[in-house]
Amino acid sequence: MSKQKPKLALYWASSCGGCEIAVLGLHEKILNVAEAFDIVFWPCVMDFKYADVEAMEDGEIDVCLFNGAIRNDENAHMAHLLRQKSKVLVAFGACSYGGSIPGLANFTDREAMFQWIYSDSPSTVNPDGVVPQKSTDVPEGELRLPGFWNTVKTLAQVVPVDYFLPGCPPEASSIEIAVNAIVSGELPPPGSVIGPDVTVCDECPRKKSEKKIERFYRPQEIIPDPDTCLLEQGLFCAGIATRSGCGAKCPQVGFGCRGCYGPNEGVLDHGAKILTGIASVIDAMTAEEAEAIFDTLPDPAGYFYRFHLPDSLLRRKARGNGKRQPVGETSQREPA
Amino acid sequence: MSDNGTFTPVIVGFLCNWCSYRAADLAGTSRMGYPATLRDIRIMCTGRLDPTFVLRALQKGADGVLIMGCHPGQCHYQEGNYKAIRRFALLRRTLRQLGIADERVQLHWASAAEGVQFAQTVARVTEQIRQLGPLDWTHNWPNEDPYAVEEAVHE
Repeated sequence: MSKQKPKLALYWASSCGGCEIAVLGLHEKILNVAEAFDIVFWPCVMDFKYADVEAMEDGEIDVCLFNGAIRNDENAHMAHLLRQKSKVLVAFGACSYGGSIPGLANFTDREAMFQWIYSDSPSTVNPDGVVPQKSTDVPEGELRLPGFWNTVKTLAQVVPVDYFLPGCPPEASSIEIAVNAIVSGELPPPGSVIGPDVTVCDECPRKKSEKKIERFYRPQEIIPDPDTCLLEQGLFCAGIATRSGCGAKCPQVGFGCRGCYGPNEGVLDHGAKILTGIASVIDAMTAEEAEAIFDTLPDPAGYFYRFHLPDSLLRRKARGNGKRQPVGETSQREPA
Repeated sequence: MSDNGTFTPVIVGFLCNWCSYRAADLAGTSRMGYPATLRDIRIMCTGRLDPTFVLRALQKGADGVLIMGCHPGQCHYQEGNYKAIRRFALLRRTLRQLGIADERVQLHWASAAEGVQFAQTVARVTEQIRQLGPLDWTHNWPNEDPYAVEEAVHE
């Protein structure tokens, strides 16, 4: 075929790098990707500069797989830039789709984080109180750092996104479905999550019967029966309200689903659906009984919103005591 | 509506069809006075209340949410309100972690005959939320994106 190969870009914003590894997890099929696409930008594995992207025509990139949440000015800059240069922008992985682990920072804020990281944590020695600044003057000139946001956002909260590929990281099989769909041009309607719309329970081979949970256990507290539903045994599992496509790998090895594939179609708030499911199967008829059972489930919001806090209806913890804060900066010396 | 003492909260009420909605009717037809703060939504049973409804109300600008249904043991569907008790207990713990005061989201019971209790509950909850002030949830994330083309780029 004399046809030019479609151009592919991959980028990481606020993420751990696991999504990049997941792409390599395609093993020999990565060669199909290299064969089908012309990779024009992938800072993780090849030497590209942002200027290379800026020099491109608008819409020159055919597909951009964007992983990572948006938590600082640099992430936002690249999100806007790659949106402008890409025909199809895919939110790749749980962070860009739902905020994920970086998004748990929305349970706190910038000031509290900087206080802990640059001052209070036991391993920090910082007598001069040095905190990253957006701009610092040194003899050689001005040094700049990207501004650090109070609230982590998802990619779709910053720019329009065409497709979402869930997972922390997306399973090789999910990536394959997406790559094949893109190569063949048989794409679902824009705005879709690519993958099947079933729950983890549907793919989980454990035996399920009526649930009446008397207390919850942490994973280290019991050795679960290998064939029975983990939730029935009191182990937290988000599989009841989480999209599958992963093959229910975690519950199969005795660890409850953490919810990384996010909500199913039509769900506005992933955490609320997990909450409903968990609360419905406890063995309590009074508020006191319910409270006693929930005392054995520490950090419920952390469980429910582990992967989708920025993408949830409330997005973050209230700043201040649930009362309105003045809009704008609260500290005089604005950190980065 | 401002902070200067004249603040009137907006409270979204989820009232069960069989008890509390009728209690509200009774309070109305009996010409009982209570603060006009409640925007009531009739649901068939408190067991139908998805926590998403509560979160949506708070996100969309409500200062509080009041859920009311049949007394335990008197549910039209036998045990819908027991489900509500369980969900509410867990929802309240979750909301606490998100920095939302307990007074803002409350669960109470009123039978179809308890118009007085209904009116008193609305008055009491209104006063508690008035003390707390406006919630104004979306103010928790002012735009921080220097590259945003316009306000509220893409929701």
